[in-house]
Amino acid sequence: MKILVCISNVPDTTTKIVIGTDGKNINTAGIQWIINPWDELALTRALELKDAGKISEVVVANVGTAITEATLRKSLATGADRAIRVNTEPADAWTVTSNLAEVVKNEPFDIILCGIESSDHNGSSVGGLLAGMLDLNLISSVSGLDIENEKLTVQREIDGGKEILETQGPVLLVIQKGIAIVPRIPSMRGIMQARTKPLQIVEATSSESMTETVQVTLPPEKGKCKMIDAENAGEVIRLLREEAKVL
Amino acid sequence: MNFEFTEEQLMIRQAARDYAQRELIVDVLERDEKMIYPARHIKNLAELGFLGMLVDPRYDGGGMDTISYVLAMEEISKVDASVSVIMSVNNSLVCYGIQEYGTEEQKEKYLKPLARGEKIGAFLLSEPEAGSDATSQKTTAEDKGDYYLLNGTKNWITNGNTAGTYLVVAQTHPELRHRGINVFIVDRHSSGISVGPHEDKMGMRSSDTHSVMFNDVKVPKENRIGEDGFGFKFAMKTLEGGRIGIAAQALGIAAGAYERAVQYAKERKAFGTEIANHQAIAFKLADMAVKIENARNLCLKAAWLKDNHKPFGVASAMAKLYAADIAMEVTTEAVQIHGGYGYVKEYHVERLMREAKLTQIYEGTSEIQKIVISRDVLK
Repeated sequence: MKILVCISNVPDTTTKIVIGTDGKNINTAGIQWIINPWDELALTRALELKDAGKISEVVVANVGTAITEATLRKSLATGADRAIRVNTEPADAWTVTSNLAEVVKNEPFDIILCGIESSDHNGSSVGGLLAGMLDLNLISSVSGLDIENEKLTVQREIDGGKEILETQGPVLLVIQKGIAIVPRIPSMRGIMQARTKPLQIVEATSSESMTETVQVTLPPEKGKCKMIDAENAGEVIRLLREEAKVL
Repeated sequence: MNFEFTEEQLMIRQAARDYAQRELIVDVLERDEKMIYPARHIKNLAELGFLGMLVDPRYDGGGMDTISYVLAMEEISKVDASVSVIMSVNNSLVCYGIQEYGTEEQKEKYLKPLARGEKIGAFLLSEPEAGSDATSQKTTAEDKGDYYLLNGTKNWITNGNTAGTYLVVAQTHPELRHRGINVFIVDRHSSGISVGPHEDKMGMRSSDTHSVMFNDVKVPKENRIGEDGFGFKFAMKTLEGGRIGIAAQALGIAAGAYERAVQYAKERKAFGTEIANHQAIAFKLADMAVKIENARNLCLKAAWLKDNHKPFGVASAMAKLYAADIAMEVTTEAVQIHGGYGYVKEYHVERLMREAKLTQIYEGTSEIQKIVISRDVLK
């Protein structure tokens, strides 16, 4: 079985975000780029399944410019067999998905994994859009995946519990945390061999976007925390009624 | 001059950092307090390839450069210097020594399992009465024709009990003094070897340090490394390489303490503001930052010289001397910045300070490094 893991390139989670001068984007100067944490977990699960002999090939794909190649090579170092980069700015989810769809059309995969969201835009759109474009079955919020004899057992998070589903490929799974516990660390051998693995660059078939960013702002400053003595319950009630106006 | 790292070097550094910050941190305090050997971590690091980083892939190593090794050593040492000393002895003393000077047969038989981390190596030079004065070592290796007979005691041996392969320095021809010293690859489980208790050390307590006694231990002739009488030169050359590993370790200990001090200074409040806003503390952090940057540059320069097959003995001595000294200064200051919290185990910095001290002593004391440097200056 062949698996495709869709990878998003995001700023390191400790980055101090600065708004760009046009107010429509973030300033990318000096940013450390990493693999989207959900995609990293998806990739880890794919590699675990490959180690167990359930998957024959793990391919990673990204829509982005050359700055994403370091992240793709890290995925190769971690154990992916092949990487594909569609060369265009990932303007929005539509641009990303329409380009990914073209990649998949040329090469059908048994399973496609998409992280439920990316840690920068948190759009939560690509998985659903991609399944729609390709007319694939989709299961969302997947926190567990096992494969036995071409049959997939999928666990998903639902309100108040977990749901276990059985399905088979081709299928697109939108991945939630829990799919893997610890993201895989690339071995030294993997790192040294990463450049010997194929990293295919394909030209974008579409740079059409469906959305326009009007403005990007930082969130409002968090309010200060007022500490009140445990014996002073009356003061808490007064503040909740008169200042917060929630009582 | 290109001061940038390659993509591979950055990936290696990140892999070491991820393992240290996610896995080593979990049980480092307990292992330090109770002197528990980090068996699970050594196995994991072996699987990731950290124990044979510099060994040629022909012998199952990673084939990496020394700069990558320095980066990995720094990241591991920020969290756990016990694990990094095990890594350093295996990589830059034992593997390096056998790869540089061993025969093809010796490399096939001994280097491969060491590079894979299936066996751990130990380097046996110091004795109860011979540390810096290595040539007055008393362990003997009598030439018995087709084997050597080892007798003597070695001291302060890292991996003394857990190693599978020893490199043992011993005297064969006393009349030739240091030119009559040899070095041997010795199987840890040879008959006649006994190991003393796990030393109760000030720091790096999770790494096992022992005396090792040899009582009529037979060593096959083919296990001698190099020509008859090469042992002392082997030891000095190998320690030159090992020095870079320890310099990187000291750098990591300092950097780990510094990062914690910066974080603490941003959070702790005194006199109405975070202590980072008081110049007394901010200036301490500035001084620490400069020292660490210098130590890092010295380590990387020594690594670059070695990778480019240029003489690196003086550079590695400078790196080790400086990094060890600033590790002591930076960790002491980190404890100070933490105030009372710096004095309790939970905040790690007191452990880093205890660990820093050893870097000024082992693999060539700071005083020995000064001898190496001053001899070069005055030649």
